Amino acid sequence: MTASWSTIDCDVHVNVPSMQALLPHLDEYWRDSVVDRGMNSLESISYPPNAPLTARPDWRGKGGAPANTLDALRTHALDRWNIDIAICHCLYGVQLLYSEDMAAAFAKAINDWVAKEWLDRDPRLRASIVVPMQNTEFAVAEIERCAADQRFVQVLVLCMGEMPLGRRQYWPVYEAAERHGLPLGIHAGSSYRHPVTSLGWPSWYVEDYAAQSQGFQSQLASLVCEGVFVKYPKLKVVLLESGVTWLPAFLWRLSKFWRGVRLEVPWIDRSPAEIVRDHVRLTIQPFDGPDDPAAVAKLIEHMQSDDMLLFASDFPHWQFDGDAIMPAGIPQKLHGKIRRDNALATYSRLAEQAA
Amino acid sequence: MAKHVIAALREFPAGTRKLVDIKGRQIAVFNIKGEFFALANRCPHQGGSLCEGRLTGLVEAKEPGEYRYSRQGEIIRCPWHGWEFDVRTGKSWCDPSRIRARQFSVSVAPGAALVEGPYVAETFAVSVEDEYVVLDA
Repeated sequence: MTASWSTIDCDVHVNVPSMQALLPHLDEYWRDSVVDRGMNSLESISYPPNAPLTARPDWRGKGGAPANTLDALRTHALDRWNIDIAICHCLYGVQLLYSEDMAAAFAKAINDWVAKEWLDRDPRLRASIVVPMQNTEFAVAEIERCAADQRFVQVLVLCMGEMPLGRRQYWPVYEAAERHGLPLGIHAGSSYRHPVTSLGWPSWYVEDYAAQSQGFQSQLASLVCEGVFVKYPKLKVVLLESGVTWLPAFLWRLSKFWRGVRLEVPWIDRSPAEIVRDHVRLTIQPFDGPDDPAAVAKLIEHMQSDDMLLFASDFPHWQFDGDAIMPAGIPQKLHGKIRRDNALATYSRLAEQAA
Repeated sequence: MAKHVIAALREFPAGTRKLVDIKGRQIAVFNIKGEFFALANRCPHQGGSLCEGRLTGLVEAKEPGEYRYSRQGEIIRCPWHGWEFDVRTGKSWCDPSRIRARQFSVSVAPGAALVEGPYVAETFAVSVEDEYVVLDA
């Protein structure tokens, strides 16, 4: 069966329907705390329920709420596009908590909820491990706890956290990820410790969402320059819901300036663009490309790699209409790589399961 | 190519550099701890004057946080964008096979040999008692 995988969706969203859903997965103290403290929800402001981006109109359920059931995921995405494997991401505010202990408790609860309510119920589903990056030791412990379950295929962090991700303080997380064959998935989003732009707080939602690509750029620069890929040469990083088309220009800029100041980072002994092409992958929704297919084809050339793009629907977010997941203009010869091969080369656990 | 006497040795001490003009070509000549090196004075990147750059050492690392520092004073950094060039080879650090500053050979010769020619002495007289820096360009 697995040998026939033809399509791997590297970014679908599963949403905690309410705090009640997590209660069975919290220990007694935290279960009572939810009630005692009146904690209704850990939803962040990243995807306001009524924002058009949050769910396609045809993917909204009763009362216009974004679809968040397994049936909806099956009907609208998995069955509709013959998806063989889909990697689930649960974004639920763990990264926003100031208490390290609470973050660890909720990360565990979310991962267990995902396993029980999603992975156990559809063999096509895989998931990323939500980790409490507020405390490196706890994040590593959560990876160790979940990694035994081969359906967890990635570690999930947000684009904007407390510190740049390349900092050595986080390295035990990358050591654990590399050792278990788990890529580091960096998803759009913020823990809102800092303004979402380096200039300060913007006024509008569109500014927040557009600024994510700046966050991704800074994270790539941090991971490369701090030497994470020198230290952990087998580590892969997947940018999730990052947009794609900003990448070539950013790599030209980063590599150009590296030439003049590489003395500061002597462990970077080759062009940052090469390092990124070897280690970093991006999901194709949103793509942020022009409508003209010829211009898209040109952009793909600028990537200077056929290995970097991973198929993704970003279900239920409204990134495209109809069935147009694959941006028009991506050369046909790359479709197979994007749909399947690149994911298998990125997610070693999927490659083992496909073998 | 011709041999050009560019200075008397005693007037070109270690740790100094000279910009010489050979028929309109600008060439940067360095005396590094008694060894002479010459490079075209035009950075292959965008044309900065290498003669005005800082001489630094070579820093390398096998892993993050390591700074192995060697060959102090043998790497010239272009004053415009900081690209590094090995004064011994003219090769850039960032792309040594494609980006390099043209290199010229420099030697030291006794005045007695020079008066016999075929050397092009510049604006000064050559004395048989002294030694001279000779650029092949």
